[in-house]
Amino acid sequence: MKLWNRLMCYCRRRSPWLFHMNAGSCNGCDIEIVASLTPRYDAEQLGVRLEGSPRHADILCVTGPVTHNAVEAIKTVYGQVYGPKAVVAIGSCPATTNVFIDSRTLAGPLNLHIPVDVFVPGCPPRPDAIILGVAKAAAILAARGNKPAAITTEPEIVGECAGHCACRDSNEKEVQA
Amino acid sequence: MNVLITSLARLLIFPGIVFAVPAAWFFLWVERKAVARMQGRIGPPFMQPFYDFIKLVGKETPQRTGAGGMLMKAWPLIAVSAAAGAVGLLPVLPASGGFQGDLILLLALLEVPSMCIIAAGFSSRSIFGEIGSAREAVLSVSYNIVFLLAILSIAASQHTFSLSALAQLPASPLRLLGIAAILVCLPAKLHLNPFSLPNAEQEIYSGPMTEYAGPELAMWELSHGLEWVAATGLVATLIAPAFTLWWVAALVFVALSFFIVLLLSVVASATARLQIDTTVRFYWQCTLIFAVLAVASALFMRFRA
Repeated sequence: MKLWNRLMCYCRRRSPWLFHMNAGSCNGCDIEIVASLTPRYDAEQLGVRLEGSPRHADILCVTGPVTHNAVEAIKTVYGQVYGPKAVVAIGSCPATTNVFIDSRTLAGPLNLHIPVDVFVPGCPPRPDAIILGVAKAAAILAARGNKPAAITTEPEIVGECAGHCACRDSNEKEVQA
Repeated sequence: MNVLITSLARLLIFPGIVFAVPAAWFFLWVERKAVARMQGRIGPPFMQPFYDFIKLVGKETPQRTGAGGMLMKAWPLIAVSAAAGAVGLLPVLPASGGFQGDLILLLALLEVPSMCIIAAGFSSRSIFGEIGSAREAVLSVSYNIVFLLAILSIAASQHTFSLSALAQLPASPLRLLGIAAILVCLPAKLHLNPFSLPNAEQEIYSGPMTEYAGPELAMWELSHGLEWVAATGLVATLIAPAFTLWWVAALVFVALSFFIVLLLSVVASATARLQIDTTVRFYWQCTLIFAVLAVASALFMRFRA
């Protein structure tokens, strides 16, 4: 039984299937997710596969600052992913709502609605940071097994924002507020 | 008694389950790796289909209730057992038995997974599943005519419906024509580009598989892999010359199947998905003529002989 659990953990870490969900993103991060699957970065070496159906997925990749319209959809899709599952928030938008902070059309950030395991900040993040975030999420998922994700656990933060992009201004705004 | 033991050994050991399941994973890996190499990527590691299978087995099982739920649980199991039975019928080893008419049984078993996919898509009651199933049904009506006529022309030209007899006989030019027709049908049978319409990724989500998850999806992946082994194995046994040494026969069988998988994957990565009406027109207008010609000439040669 112990051997079977170790094998299962090993296989879960090496076979993360993604479902990509756009929660009001500007399409910048979505293009970077696709870029991480292209020949230059080739995430399939880690067993990553972009799946068409959330039922098949292990890791939910959310981009965008979570608009009011997207909240219900995010909760539905999160429920449709069968466990063990993990959530990766890609870009600065789902982490902090970025330049759209204080907008009345937003219900973000993402971790108010579903438990987030890994944040990949950046506007947009580099494909290698996205791949690192997915690999971290796969390791978290393998360690956690079938236990439900707790909303209170401290999420991982992968990479850092280069500072030349729009989210620096929003951070300054946050400091002033 | 002896016959029973031989057929059980064929079903369970070689070329049945003990051989066919690792072979299915290997062929799934060859397909993904070949597509990756064609796109200039490195591709998944060697054990990837095995990791995927174990991971899917360990995922949560969807709760399904009622008759519809029971059917949805049953379809992948029926598909896997039919595909495994089809692999077990292949006459890989010389003097491995077989009976008159096992070719017909093999064709029937090869058809079961695709019927299960159609039924699964409709019983999942998802709109994407229903679109996928409708496409699979239309596709299966189109390619199966050509596929069956090609097999029929081979069987008619050599006077037998027994697979082992067909494997022993030397290949005639007419049989090569039939094999070419079968190869044209295989991409549609295995849902590969340019005929990957039923499971068209990113177009209708995952088609009939949209509502499947966890261990059930693992069974679908396995049945797809076994279909690979059975379909390429059928072509390999028709091409391969007869050997008396059993290990030479087995090696030649595996090598030929490997090259057919490679060929199909390269074609799949080099082409884009066709529309459903173009696909149907391709099979009914372009390919059917050759299949009918092949059957007609097979019958003609038979009457002349």
